[in-house]
Amino acid sequence: MTERARNSLFFIAGAVLLFLYAYSALNMPPWGSYRGPYGDAIARVAVYERHATDIVNAINYDYRGFDTLGEEFILFTAVLGVSMLLRKEEGALKRPAGRLEDDRGLSAAVRAVNLPALLVTTVFGLYIGVHGQLTPGGGFQAGVILATGAVLVYVCENTGAFCRITSHAIVEVTEAFGAGGYAIIGIAPLLAGLPFLCNFIPLGTTGDVFSSGTIALISACVGVEVTASFLLVVYIYLQEIITGAFPEEE
Amino acid sequence: MMIWFGAGLLVLIAATGTAVVRTRDVTNQVLALGFYGLLLALMFFIFQAPDVALSQITVGAVALPLMVMLAIARMRFRDRARSAAQASRSTEGRND
Repeated sequence: MTERARNSLFFIAGAVLLFLYAYSALNMPPWGSYRGPYGDAIARVAVYERHATDIVNAINYDYRGFDTLGEEFILFTAVLGVSMLLRKEEGALKRPAGRLEDDRGLSAAVRAVNLPALLVTTVFGLYIGVHGQLTPGGGFQAGVILATGAVLVYVCENTGAFCRITSHAIVEVTEAFGAGGYAIIGIAPLLAGLPFLCNFIPLGTTGDVFSSGTIALISACVGVEVTASFLLVVYIYLQEIITGAFPEEE
Repeated sequence: MMIWFGAGLLVLIAATGTAVVRTRDVTNQVLALGFYGLLLALMFFIFQAPDVALSQITVGAVALPLMVMLAIARMRFRDRARSAAQASRSTEGRND
């Protein structure tokens, strides 16, 4: 398809989309109106039932906790797939290509900015993680933020420094514990004859960091899993640069 | 007032999305993609979904550009390592 044909196709599609957008924008319900009965019902009972003020996380980790368990294993499986596709093939691995200069750190200015940024990122990630049941956030977001901290180390130091703080085996085991922890929290109530993922921990005071029972605990597990899986993926991508070895063509 | 802000933001998102597709250089495209992710996060926030906005910031503006950048870095490293190995082999004149 030529550039010209592709552009005209895009503009026709764009014109149709613009028409549909204008049509639907003029027929939308007024700003802020909400007509779903389910959301209102949950918003009314969640604080009373689960002592969690962030209703979104109460739904994610309790009312629809089974869905989120599946989503967590989607992430786990995705990381597994990446690590299998990019794994080091020991037999096919060829001579270390002479290390490309990656051992020098960056300028002092970059380090001076990065150290406070690293501290702020870590503290903010932990804050988002432990307040998942109270304010927007939770384990997933906290995990990505915490993993970004390690990437900041990579940015201001080098691949060697990143390698030291993300030792392969430890990160892998941590990821497995995070993913398995969710399932274990789900299965534990079964032993007492309760339903799957039923809350079995005291709910605590609403608004407290240690409140809402299993919601906070599951959120922490997801945080550990997400942090570890992100570090693992970044490590797998950088592995070749860290070792300096690469598979030979053919 | 808010509805016009939301509508303007949606138009801006459409424009940025087009810019991402139209950018040809991959590195520039990743930066455009990150900016597009930030705008989406702002949209989620305006439409009263702060949880989703936070997820969008972490995934769209941090994780996705990072993954693409890492993939590019890996490919470039492999190219440079191959050519470096070839160069050293040809200068030393041995073929092992």
